[in-house]
Amino acid sequence: MVKTGLGGTMVRAGRRLLSSLPALFGVLVFTFLLMRVLPGDPAVFFASGPNAGKEEIEQIRKQMGLDKSVPEQLVFYLSDIGHGNLGRSMMTGQPVLKDLRERLPASLELTFTALLIALIAAVPLGVIAALRPGSVVDHGVRLFCALGVCVPTFVSGLLLIYVFYYLLGLAPDPTGRIDVFTSLPPQRTGFLSIDFLLAGDLEGWWAACKQLILPAVSMALFVIAPLARITRASMLVSLGSDFVRTARSVGLSWRKVVVTYALRNAILPVITIAGIVFSTMLGANVLVEKVFSWPGVASYALDALLSSDYAPVQGFVLLMASLFVLVNLVVDICYGIADPRVSIE
Amino acid sequence: MSEELLRIDDLHVAFSTRRGMVEAVRGVTLTVGKGEMLGLVGESGSGKSVTGFATTRLLDAAGRVTGGKILFRGQDVTKLRGDDLRQLQGAAMSMIFQNPRAALNPIRAIGLQIADAILTHKRISKDAARAEALDLLRAVQIRDPEARMNAYPHELSGGMCQRVMIAIAISCNPALLIADEPTTGLDVTTQKVVMDLLADIAAARGMATILITHDLGLAARYCRRIAVMERGRIVEEASPRTLFSAPQHAYTKRLVAASPTATSRIEDLVTEEERERYSAVVGKPRREPEHGTPPLLQVRQLAKRFDQGSAAVADFSMTMAGGESVGLVGESGSGKSTTSRMICRLIDPSEGDIVFDGQSIGHVAARDFHRSPLRKDIQMVFQDPNESLNPRYTAFDCIAHPLMRLDGMRAGDALRQRVEECAERVGLPLDLLPRFPHQLSGGQKARVGIARAIACRPRLLVLDEPTAALDVSVQAVVLQLLDRLRRENDIALLFVSHDLNVVRMLCDRTIVLRNGGIVEQGESRALFDNPKTDYTRKLVEAIPHIETGEVLAAAL
Repeated sequence: MVKTGLGGTMVRAGRRLLSSLPALFGVLVFTFLLMRVLPGDPAVFFASGPNAGKEEIEQIRKQMGLDKSVPEQLVFYLSDIGHGNLGRSMMTGQPVLKDLRERLPASLELTFTALLIALIAAVPLGVIAALRPGSVVDHGVRLFCALGVCVPTFVSGLLLIYVFYYLLGLAPDPTGRIDVFTSLPPQRTGFLSIDFLLAGDLEGWWAACKQLILPAVSMALFVIAPLARITRASMLVSLGSDFVRTARSVGLSWRKVVVTYALRNAILPVITIAGIVFSTMLGANVLVEKVFSWPGVASYALDALLSSDYAPVQGFVLLMASLFVLVNLVVDICYGIADPRVSIE
Repeated sequence: MSEELLRIDDLHVAFSTRRGMVEAVRGVTLTVGKGEMLGLVGESGSGKSVTGFATTRLLDAAGRVTGGKILFRGQDVTKLRGDDLRQLQGAAMSMIFQNPRAALNPIRAIGLQIADAILTHKRISKDAARAEALDLLRAVQIRDPEARMNAYPHELSGGMCQRVMIAIAISCNPALLIADEPTTGLDVTTQKVVMDLLADIAAARGMATILITHDLGLAARYCRRIAVMERGRIVEEASPRTLFSAPQHAYTKRLVAASPTATSRIEDLVTEEERERYSAVVGKPRREPEHGTPPLLQVRQLAKRFDQGSAAVADFSMTMAGGESVGLVGESGSGKSTTSRMICRLIDPSEGDIVFDGQSIGHVAARDFHRSPLRKDIQMVFQDPNESLNPRYTAFDCIAHPLMRLDGMRAGDALRQRVEECAERVGLPLDLLPRFPHQLSGGQKARVGIARAIACRPRLLVLDEPTAALDVSVQAVVLQLLDRLRRENDIALLFVSHDLNVVRMLCDRTIVLRNGGIVEQGESRALFDNPKTDYTRKLVEAIPHIETGEVLAAAL
């Protein structure tokens, strides 16, 4: 049966979504159990002070439901999740769902911007390298990519801050999404750069962008390498393929041959890699968030983990797993649109 | 000859490789007249495609014209740059390639691809280009062209893709069309249709054509003049008739001899000098199986259904005696490979039974058959000698592997002796045994594949297009080898092929398959000389025959 076009892609995407539900459930249970076997007693941690008495700790434990057996706790936890309740953070005193909802846009905005910057840099670099393999340009791109991978993001982040904030003074104070004196726009998407635009506040938008650019660049530097390498490799295959030879044989213009024929085919694996890179960045950007005091979900989860605060960590892992599924779904749909062959069953 | 269009003068092309410069073309001189169809024939590596690519300026970055001239309408093509070159490509000369599906952009609708070619050379609107593309699809006789405009290459058959390729190539009415193995890999019937179409279009539009092919029969059918290339040089140039009746050059003689014809026998495939060793074996009459011997292989109502429910093979029954050779022919998709794989127990049949030497093996799962004692009695030789050898195994390892796995032999002198014996039987020089597949030629790899298959002394050898990837001269040697092995060791051969000439020579009986069912079967010669069904007749007629001297003489 051959299904072409968007319909087939949507059916495939839906099926993929359904098939990922068991995996999500597994992640849920696994994280729950993992948190229980990690050392550290949250009741002790959240007691009023180091001198808290045994009864007080016992009381807190009861209050948190930690006196029950692990299977019982799991059942309670799952039923809570079923009702859309991710629990309450002991650290912030707020429901985890609310915390995540406040912080997720910050992380997403950062990651999206970083990925965009990475793609804008990596694809042309890869194409240029592929057009002249073995040339100076090719080696230059390789060196640049190697540097990007070798330098950890917190080092490149600090370097960027040193150069652009401390030395040149071009960048604003690298703390948070916006400096404290700017009035925030009404929240619509949670993405400050978009909210400012929607509110028509160009000055605020520019301020938000300036805050965003350094952390995004330091994240992007780290992922340019895999994206540029895969672009180069698949572009080389594409340029050497029979259909590019056909295109040349009828005298198509250089631009048409390189962009319409070679690049459009070469971009397909890049889409897949970009999806993986995005998911990795979302979870791994805790270092950048810490360096730039970015109020994102990753640093929130790290703080929670350090203080044995179960609920936020579990909520974070669930969120990441769901995002991973979603991103893969988007990649699938993009791929289905870009390549007519994949919708064949 | 009519007015001269293309003159290639002492052309030299070299490729820079890791081992330095390699000359692929060394001094080719030929001319093509307006509207003429010239055949350029040679085996792989003879430089015929490189000559074509040099003419259309499509050589790889590693290849360079190192000498000579290519004059097209008096202008030296090798010196063109930039826009002049682009005006030449497509508008004045264009090219059709082997493997049509790969030659088309997989993610662009074919209508757009044709329009791309048109828009490059004509200043017209996109709609007008689209309309022209549609006309071209009609010209290459694609059914339902309006709907096909939006189709992608993977939705079309190989023959369809080649028609689209022809449409692209002729879109700007070039004066010269270079067709590089345009029908290799297509079914014989499709091959004929596509070549007829190409010849008609070329004649109607007055296009000169260079037909590059390894198939002498094909060139003879469509060209008035054939140039034979060997190792970068043109060794002979003549009309097909002279070429076949009185070949001058030694290489042409070998090539003509090796090309199977309607009447040739296996022993005819080599020239007089090479024949002796073989004729000693052929001379001996075959032992007739004793009366009442049970058949070696019995296949009953075999069927295979894949997931979608349609049957790839249905109701297939056959019997084979020991030492008999049976051909299985049909177009692609006829189920011949599926059938052969079920018989060697590489895939499981959905229905029916396979009885080998009195034992039912159809119900042993293909996954477990390697443990069956009968595994070593049924062996297989695969189509592509490159792909079917482990690149990390030396020739010795390849042949020793089944001996160790199936015969339980251990590394040592006994194993070495057996491997060397196998190599000798297939005519593989012993000093090649330590080499890896990439260090062997196509024919040598084919020999390793056969040696591996006969190592455990099987009683049934299943061959899936074993010579399809080989040059005719190598094919001739491999066919003789197979026939000799059969006669010497009484191995039964089940020979799967789309090449009817080969089947006719090698096989006692032939089974014709179509859409998973048997259309016709019988004694090979009778079946081909006197086909009973239209389908078989169509297959037989589609083979490009080489008219032998007598036939041509009779016709004149």
